Amino acid sequence: MKTLKQGEIAMVENPQINVVTMVEAHSPQSNFRGLEAKNIHAWFGKHHVLSDVSLRFPERTVTGLIGPSGCGKSTFIRLLNRMHEFIPSAAMAGQVLKDGEDIYAPEIDAATVRLKIGMVFQKPNPFPAMNIRENVLSGIKLAHLKVADHDSIVENCLTRAGLWKEVKDRLNATGGSLSGGQQQRLCIARSLAVEPNVLLMDEPCSALDPGSTLRIEETIKELAEKIAVVIVTHNMQQAARVSDFCAFFLTDGGPGYLVEAAPTKILFTNPSDVRTADYVQGKFG
Amino acid sequence: MDGVAKTEIIPVPRELAVVYNRADRIFRRIVTSGALTSLILLGLIGMFLFVKSAQIFNDRGISFITGSNWTAGSGDGVIIDDFSIGPMLTGTILVAVIALIIAMPLAIGGALYLEFYAPFRIRKILNALLDLAAAIPSLIFGLWGLAVFTSFGERWSVLLNSRFGWIPFIKVQNEVFGRSPFIAGCVLASLIVPIITSVTREVFSRTPRDLIDTCYALGGSRWGAIRTVVLPFGRSGIIGGAMLGLGRALGETVAVYLLLNIVFRYNFRILESEGGNIASLIATKFGEATEYELKALVAAGFVLFILTLAVNMLAATIVQKSTVRK
Ligand SMILES: Nc1ncnc2c1ncn2[C@@H]1O[C@H](COP(=O)(O)OP(=O)(O)O)[C@@H](O)[C@H]1O
Ligand SMILES: [Mg+2]
Repeated sequence: MKTLKQGEIAMVENPQINVVTMVEAHSPQSNFRGLEAKNIHAWFGKHHVLSDVSLRFPERTVTGLIGPSGCGKSTFIRLLNRMHEFIPSAAMAGQVLKDGEDIYAPEIDAATVRLKIGMVFQKPNPFPAMNIRENVLSGIKLAHLKVADHDSIVENCLTRAGLWKEVKDRLNATGGSLSGGQQQRLCIARSLAVEPNVLLMDEPCSALDPGSTLRIEETIKELAEKIAVVIVTHNMQQAARVSDFCAFFLTDGGPGYLVEAAPTKILFTNPSDVRTADYVQGKFG
Repeated sequence: MDGVAKTEIIPVPRELAVVYNRADRIFRRIVTSGALTSLILLGLIGMFLFVKSAQIFNDRGISFITGSNWTAGSGDGVIIDDFSIGPMLTGTILVAVIALIIAMPLAIGGALYLEFYAPFRIRKILNALLDLAAAIPSLIFGLWGLAVFTSFGERWSVLLNSRFGWIPFIKVQNEVFGRSPFIAGCVLASLIVPIITSVTREVFSRTPRDLIDTCYALGGSRWGAIRTVVLPFGRSGIIGGAMLGLGRALGETVAVYLLLNIVFRYNFRILESEGGNIASLIATKFGEATEYELKALVAAGFVLFILTLAVNMLAATIVQKSTVRK
């Protein structure tokens, strides 16, 4: 393996590709559609925080990432759409393939990658200087997309995010005038406007009340009829309710790693690793 | 429903008294008196200036502000005292506004570069240099302006005049070009750029990280993120920084004194070699002033005091109105 200079994002050909097997059976390697992480490592400066994670996120599925705090879930999810590189000393190794294409390849434009792999953050964060409509359309402006019919995009995205009925009469109100749960759905609508194929969500419900959480979970399931959703969550019930596949991360003080990944039912009822069983039963974490 | 007595009487609200403990009470007194001290000091200064200059305003009325003569009487009645500050007042504003117009784009651009584009190591060095530059006495800037900048400034003036001479502001009557409001404004701009950059950079750095990340996650560029969240979020800080710079430029004495040809005539042609400002007027005349002239100088100071106060209040209002509420 090539040694990494600090701050360098490196591509490393790893000879021992051991992609996790959870979906390999029914999606052949050759024309895999969706997002695929291969042997991912991550560093902050000299601090190795993520070690050799390989995972697949097929189209039209929801994958839950679970694990105790500090095991690198956020770092991993930010690696999947090239947000990791904004942290000054951050470095990575491995590959992230979208429909078979390495998003870290030198000729790939990072902004285009992020356009197709959207992200929703922990705290609902509509743009404060914009109203609801402008918030939904902000991505189109940011990415300089040419679209004919703004109104239908606004309606379509708000509908998919399950917010249209509540806000259709006040599209000119600021995002801040909505409740926390509505704000988060507005943020989802905003991400959808640029038509991503993958939506990454880092604990999207941890700042919300149970009712809003359920609304967002419904939204997530509907989204997964079209795109791949990756959701980090601390809430076991949420992972069980919303995800098709689940991946369990852990750290023993050193870099975080993937313990196991499996269809959610199996991971929760019959995990192959005893630590997974302990974690999903709430024995630690 | 036993035990739940239904009452018709609406109770009188109890008083909710906030009781501070001992340490809080003492601390509160200290900070209150600190705040009051500066307020009282400001009031006293204003009062002093007003009392000392009351006679002038009484004698001369509004013509003290509109007139354009500063003549000390000869004492024997042949030449009589005639003091007014019109050109100095407009000159003050003119030079300060020129400085601000030049300084703002530089400062905002610099702040954006430092916060979003500069490599980490360069950023640290530049920040340190910036703080250093903000602490350089204005006299040094004045001397630099005189010794170094003037020759560039004159060349730029010639260029400006040849291209845009048809604009009234940029027209000149005498093609001298040195010691003009433009040159003084340029030097004042370099004087206030560091402080404005510093303030705006600080505000930019407080833009919530997840809003910026959101812009990137939507496929936006750095510039997109700056336009979408950083500038709207930093608007009040930009205005605050501008006002800080304007305040400094309005009150600047030495640099203007060194760089401007002080002439008592209304002049709005920025390349013309004449101008002035109140602070430098006071510095020039103070040494050999008669008793009555001294009062006129204090009155000029009072006008400057009010002007600065007004600018700051205006700034506070704008900042309050434009603050982005989350
Ligand atoms: N910006 C950063 N700079 C340095 N270290 C970081 C940064 N972000 C996260 N880390 C470290 O990386 C490790 C994984 O963090 P994170 O990915 O946030 O975990 P999780 O999301 O699972 O709680 C932690 O040890 C954390 O301290
Ligand atoms: Mg996290």
